[in-house]
Amino acid sequence: MIPMLRRILRTGIVTEKRPEPAKLADSTEPAEVARLHEDILHILGRALTIRQVDAGSCNGCELEIHALNNPYTNLEGCGIKFVASPRHADMLLVTGPVTKNMENALKVAYDCTPDPKLVVAVGDCGCNGGIFGKSYASCGAVENVIPVDARVPGCPPTPVALLRGILAAVRR
Amino acid sequence: MRLLDEPIDFTPQPGNAGPVWSGRAADGAELQRFAIAAHRAGGRLAALWGADERQRGGGFGLHCVFGLDAGHAWVRLELPAKNPAYLDLAGIFPAANRMQRAARDLVGIHFEGGPGGGDARPWLRHGAWPADWFPLRHDAGPADDFPNPPSDYAFVQVGGEGAHEVPVGPIHAGTIEPGHFRFSVIGERVLRLEQRFGYAHKGIEKLFIGSSIADGARLAGRISGDSTCAYAWAYAAAVETACGTNPPPRALMLRALMLERERVANHLGDLGALGNDAGLAFGLSQFMRLKEDWLRLHGTLFGHRFMMDRIVPGGTALDLDAPALRAIIDQCDVIGREVKALRKIYDEHAGLQDRFQTTGAMDADLAREWSMTGLAARATGMILDARVHRQGYTPPPPYAALGVRPATDVRGDVAARVEVRFDEVFESLRLLREIAVGLPDSEVCVDIVPVADAHGLGVVEGWRGEVLVGVALDGAGRLARVHPHDPSWQAWQALEHAVMKDIVPDFPLINKSFNLAYSGHDL
Ligand code: SF4
Repeated sequence: MIPMLRRILRTGIVTEKRPEPAKLADSTEPAEVARLHEDILHILGRALTIRQVDAGSCNGCELEIHALNNPYTNLEGCGIKFVASPRHADMLLVTGPVTKNMENALKVAYDCTPDPKLVVAVGDCGCNGGIFGKSYASCGAVENVIPVDARVPGCPPTPVALLRGILAAVRR
Repeated sequence: MRLLDEPIDFTPQPGNAGPVWSGRAADGAELQRFAIAAHRAGGRLAALWGADERQRGGGFGLHCVFGLDAGHAWVRLELPAKNPAYLDLAGIFPAANRMQRAARDLVGIHFEGGPGGGDARPWLRHGAWPADWFPLRHDAGPADDFPNPPSDYAFVQVGGEGAHEVPVGPIHAGTIEPGHFRFSVIGERVLRLEQRFGYAHKGIEKLFIGSSIADGARLAGRISGDSTCAYAWAYAAAVETACGTNPPPRALMLRALMLERERVANHLGDLGALGNDAGLAFGLSQFMRLKEDWLRLHGTLFGHRFMMDRIVPGGTALDLDAPALRAIIDQCDVIGREVKALRKIYDEHAGLQDRFQTTGAMDADLAREWSMTGLAARATGMILDARVHRQGYTPPPPYAALGVRPATDVRGDVAARVEVRFDEVFESLRLLREIAVGLPDSEVCVDIVPVADAHGLGVVEGWRGEVLVGVALDGAGRLARVHPHDPSWQAWQALEHAVMKDIVPDFPLINKSFNLAYSGHDL
């Protein structure tokens, strides 16, 4: 227990704050994360629950969605929670391309999500089919299967781009 | 030359992409005899796929790759254009079952006889296209207007008093890829697990057909996002072999640098998630922090957080300068220190070890029976790693000169898969430092001149296990057929057995400890 507490203390809070000087890679990232946090809290005024649905991605987009919950981005810290059932969700975060083999399951998940609901299509594949496009096995973009409110392009989109996309959807 | 004293003539694959021999079996019986000999010699079925080769004047091709002590034997069997059928191999290598069913779904080549011969169930085909339409045939025609009704699947029924079924998926509770698990349980104890996959099947193999070598490289990097470097390298190696090109030495070292960084990134994420699944959220936030630092350096140095499209046929798409290499060495020092401290916490955490130990246990016999490779196989005590020297086997450059030390554990449980990951992180950090100080001076990319009707096989030890890519070029030097093979094909089937006698609530932890690919498998 002691070494763990010591490590927690030593690590401190790494969630990125606004004025913090540019850290590593993307100099705008820390400031942007903080501002997006505030905006989301302000607009929403309450918690947002997200159900992520992988409708056939290469798993690259999922890796960046995982990163949303790392302590730097700390999505849960601003009241956004990933939930286990679409029935508990305000928003579906859907990666694509939507495979034919997931088409029916995605429609069911959409129908199970209570109204009002938001859908964010993630990644080039979710937005327009990406490199996989439409084929005997792929329906392409998410919007070919269910209505979409916001799109986050990128292959895969960065965590900050994802945050921006979630914000764009709740702004609507 | 001959292998295993069998009558098939093999020729060694040219170039330096690793020891591969290719040959043709005269008929199905000869292929089967070779498979039996390979099995007897302790070999494994590394991959199996079908190809429509009628355009070259022949019929269909069945391609089998066997993993032997000294390297890989790639055996091709020609099947007639009318009624293409071969003898079932699942009685020899049970892992063949799903691969044969996938080849039937996609190419329409059939297996007969043997215990698997009766398995008429499709594998990658659900309800989206009809059973007599084969997407990878050149004359398949357009597929636009097939209806896509929800499809049933004949799961094996488990009888007995008190037994019932728990279906899970295809959409899972967490942020993970889609797949279906059918548990037969008594109380919470698992009697049987049966998987159904194919949900992430997006027609990757069809997209390769007719593409240019460069377009194929982008696609190869998107077969399984967490293994983009492994696939890009295996594809590049296959293409380079086919075209008789050797990438420059500096490019090979840079590829190894990227592959080892990919391994560390995934292991860091898994170590955090495994702590979390066993009730230690502290582990998740600590490891996710380290992983984020790691990915950000990718963003800075490679311009992409996962290094997609940085390994290309002919070499690499970028070079690293001295300050970049310095940053890599410095980061290895920092991450090494932090992981060392976290490992101590994991090792001494009684609650964590209680969940890890004896959970999801499998032994080396099971791993061998299912032709497994990779970290889960090494966690049963097998020393099987394409980067590592062993009796009669020399790894391809640059690993031959790097002297990789394999990480193994004999327990075969979640705890062992955690330990192997820790050991591999440290070994990769050591390799990264060695590569960063020893990069040879040379260019990093050479041109590839496509060679008509050539073929090649690339083998790379990805972070999960052995990634294979087989490539055949057509008469115009474009891609006639590309088959990527993920180690998850074999490991998923072994996993069905590793959970027996465990309890359903432990499944997420066991599953995570393997962390197998869905997209890489479903294609
Ligand atoms: S957008 Fe890129 S990372 Fe995301 S699923 Fe498509 S190919 Fe993979």
